Amino acid sequence: MTPTKRNQQVKLLPKSPTGIPGMDEITGGGLPKGRPTLVAGSAGCGKTLFAIEFLVNGAIQYDEPGVFMAFEENAEELAQNVASLGFDLKELIKQKKLIIDYVRIERTEIQETGEYDLEGLFIRLGHAIDTIGAKRVALDTVEVLFSALPNRGILRAELQRLFRWLKDKGVSGVITAERGDGTVTRFGLEEYVADCVILLDHRVTEQMSTRRLRIVKYRGTLHGTNEYPFLITKDGISVLPITSIELNHKAPAERVSTGIQELDDMLGGKGYYRGSSILISGTAGTGKSSLATAFVDAACRRGERCLYFSFEESTEQIIRNMHSIGIDLSPPVKKGLLQFHVARPTLYGLEMHLVTMHELIKQNKPDIVVLDPITDFFAVGSHVEVKAVLTRIIDFLKANQITALFTSYTEEDTPNESVVGVSSLIDTWISLRNLENRGERQRGLCVLKSRGMAHSNQIRSFELTDDGIKIGALDLVRPRTELNPA
Amino acid sequence: MEKSKPRARSRRTEKTWELRLYVAGQTPKSLAAFANLKKICEEHLAGQYHIEVIDLLKKPQLASGDQILAIPTLVRKLPEPIRKIIGDLSNTERVLVGLNLREQK
Repeated sequence: MTPTKRNQQVKLLPKSPTGIPGMDEITGGGLPKGRPTLVAGSAGCGKTLFAIEFLVNGAIQYDEPGVFMAFEENAEELAQNVASLGFDLKELIKQKKLIIDYVRIERTEIQETGEYDLEGLFIRLGHAIDTIGAKRVALDTVEVLFSALPNRGILRAELQRLFRWLKDKGVSGVITAERGDGTVTRFGLEEYVADCVILLDHRVTEQMSTRRLRIVKYRGTLHGTNEYPFLITKDGISVLPITSIELNHKAPAERVSTGIQELDDMLGGKGYYRGSSILISGTAGTGKSSLATAFVDAACRRGERCLYFSFEESTEQIIRNMHSIGIDLSPPVKKGLLQFHVARPTLYGLEMHLVTMHELIKQNKPDIVVLDPITDFFAVGSHVEVKAVLTRIIDFLKANQITALFTSYTEEDTPNESVVGVSSLIDTWISLRNLENRGERQRGLCVLKSRGMAHSNQIRSFELTDDGIKIGALDLVRPRTELNPA
Repeated sequence: MEKSKPRARSRRTEKTWELRLYVAGQTPKSLAAFANLKKICEEHLAGQYHIEVIDLLKKPQLASGDQILAIPTLVRKLPEPIRKIIGDLSNTERVLVGLNLREQK
């Protein structure tokens, strides 16, 4: 198939946007319109929330009223559970944009004798749909019926009929189902819902939990096939599409000083681009944090706001240490221009870090964000996962035109190893290293890359002095000691 | 339909059986269910019962009140507790158990 043909096909299939951040990007616009979608996952993975969000967003953002048929929780419980996410279900119900029909079935209350069908369920659903002119429907979790009604044969036939009936009704549906052992769903509902199947997963690896989402199947459309990490934040679900982020950030031409004149000179005389992402990598003790702090200090002096995420040192410790190289961070901290956020990476999983960062950045609206160091994340996630999270952060920061500075620790012999994965996301990459020469250790600094500007190719010496950071010509030739054999 | 029925002098206690049969249109299953119910009631609850037939095609809004999913569904409103029997009521034995007119074997 040619690409153009494919694109046309995508346009042909109408989509029903979920309004869930990221979800519509990986599905090319949302769930199939007028068809049911199966959302499968084990307990506590966010199925109900997904369904609720689909309806709430539909009702509020897309003017598509919805019917929520709840088999597990009653309307009151549901409303309470999602109130913390800022969803006011009661208000939506009052405005006739949402109906919650709680279907309660007690196995002990029911006796089966002879032939029956589930017409009652159809009538209830149909009545609710017609009452508010619903365009969206969620069934959560229809499988409960399997434990309530002993006759599997009838149930299967009726569910099959139900899904077809939903299609005929032309409503976009989300049907949630329990994850099965070796199958997508425990009762094989995926056989009946053939259009779109989404799998939610909540995994705990090395005591860190990550939620993931995967589109198993989406008939008639292109979709991302990866597992996408997703978050449940206080605003609801947020899917983190890694590969499908559109690269359409604004690229400001404005430049910001690095805080060190000599470094500015190396970067075309003007410093970093505003809104760019900067990586400072280096071996232990090469002054990565110092370089980051110099940038922060200069920004605060210009009256800009900075948010400093420190994963190793406490606020006090950073302020004390920077004092030793003539940088006083107390005034900007007092003025509220500089905010520290200190947390051990192992404190919680990657996704939580991402959430915390998102929230703090949204609250503080900084001009500059520092992550010191990003390498600590490798303690809580695999290389791929960390890269995914960093990509997301970088995208988020770029979209908001926030200049981001990351530090990265590297091993002595393989200076670029641990950052190789993320370096492609970086605009300006400064490498620091210890150079041993003639019995002396010198710090060396060089600009490995800097997109969109002429930059120095030299390795310069980099010194931390009482008066600040000094960058100069690297002096490897001049004899420093008598032992120099030259 | 009338709510109360004359109390009968049966060996059972003097109570009224309030039964509701939910159907959706005049389907063979619904008709069978009604016929079966009528027969069982006449045999076991003569003069003590009251059957209300609700057609959900006409009154769909009533389905959620009694938590109706299956059609036909027979609901024993009184005596309490509420019990439900789903199906065309063709198995008399099970209907009697369901209505608590007979101990489960």
